[in-house]
Amino acid sequence: MTDAPTAPTPPGPGPATGRPLVVLQGVNKHYGSLHVLRDIDLTVDEREVVVLIGPSGSGKSTLCRTINRLETIESGSITLDGQPLPEEGKALARLRAEVGMVFQSFNLFAHKTVLDNVTLAPIKVRKRGKAEAEKRARELLDRVGLADQANKFPAQLSGGQQQRVAIARSLAMDPKLMLFDEPTSALDPEMINEVLEVMRSLAAEGMTMIVVTHEMGFARSAANRVVFMADGQIVESRPPAEFFDSPQSARARDFLSKILHH
Amino acid sequence: MNVLFDNWDTYWEGFLGTLKLTGVSAALALVLGVLVAACRVSPVAPMRMFGAVWVNVLRNTPLTLLFFAVVLGLPRFGIVLPFFVFAVLALGCYTSAFICEAVRAGINTVPTGQGEAARSLGMTFGQTLGLIVLPQAFRSVIPPIGSTLIALAKNSAIAGSFSVVELLGTYRTLSELGFNIVWTFVWIAVGYLIITLSISAVFAYLEKHWEVAR
Repeated sequence: MTDAPTAPTPPGPGPATGRPLVVLQGVNKHYGSLHVLRDIDLTVDEREVVVLIGPSGSGKSTLCRTINRLETIESGSITLDGQPLPEEGKALARLRAEVGMVFQSFNLFAHKTVLDNVTLAPIKVRKRGKAEAEKRARELLDRVGLADQANKFPAQLSGGQQQRVAIARSLAMDPKLMLFDEPTSALDPEMINEVLEVMRSLAAEGMTMIVVTHEMGFARSAANRVVFMADGQIVESRPPAEFFDSPQSARARDFLSKILHH
Repeated sequence: MNVLFDNWDTYWEGFLGTLKLTGVSAALALVLGVLVAACRVSPVAPMRMFGAVWVNVLRNTPLTLLFFAVVLGLPRFGIVLPFFVFAVLALGCYTSAFICEAVRAGINTVPTGQGEAARSLGMTFGQTLGLIVLPQAFRSVIPPIGSTLIALAKNSAIAGSFSVVELLGTYRTLSELGFNIVWTFVWIAVGYLIITLSISAVFAYLEKHWEVAR
């Protein structure tokens, strides 16, 4: 494991600033007759780490993807740093540049090397110089423990390595907010920790993060707040210790009993 | 053999005519085809509509009818061009519909996550398509585009009936001059084979060359 991240495990998230960065109000969405998001109200503050958990089909991934408008909504509003999400077009592209996203299936550009994956958007979207973008990319790859993999293609890396490259690719845009859509769900168990370590260190540095995950250990130790969703609704929204130790709703108790005691 | 050597200039001129028609129409068809494919996958509904209409009108119209529409129709709007240009317009637009569908099929082979990742990084639709999706679609569209261009080479024979010098049309001159009709057509067929087999070879090379590009 020469390429494992070297940063020590940070203790937990820093304090949120109390300045709202993402605000969802009355958000609704259907897939056909399925009501996947029901009147969602959610505010995420700057520097806050919010973990979305819930049974599959509860709408947590969809919710995460509405925030950079990979999923459109039917009613309600979403604002980012005070600005409502624009319609499809240049303004939306500019906004997405400020929001990093990490996917379950990594989605590294298969025809580009690791280094090109990380430099492409800074060069094409931020219009940075090639040398500057590469220098920053190498710093970020070093940070996620993959400096020596820069010239490989994604298919030559393990899942955990690919996901760390994907995180570096997002960070290269200096995002205000990072969305993680089940970042470890497609990984073999022994690779989950190397990704979670990188996410923990980001949380400790004060990155604003919205994380959809099934990793309860991560939720407990790295989040400021746990948002529990079921059937398209937010059922509970509380600090992790409170949520895990004394869930208030029957739905959450049922969910936790199924995943924590088997 | 005599038929060929006695009429070398006629054959050569016809061969070059077909080659030129095929080459210029192919260039037009490839450019239009990719642009229309981009329309068809665009997030903007009117552009998708335009792409669908373009493809369905051109793909479902007999090519000869299209030639008549261009050669007889455009002059009515005051657009008078050389017959060669009319022929290129008819052939290029017609073939672009098939190129478009081949490219669109290629785009559909690229996992949607690739485009989502590009968009989530702030790339515009054009950047997403041009930098991420089309380069990955490229390899899978090589074989169908090869077939389409071979069809184009053969379809260019229709232009001979519209006063454009091309290979098939040479038979009229030669049969008037009393040459053996069978050999006349054999050498015409050989001319087409040279062009179509060359296209096959180029596309086989492209397919092999891009095989490892991932």
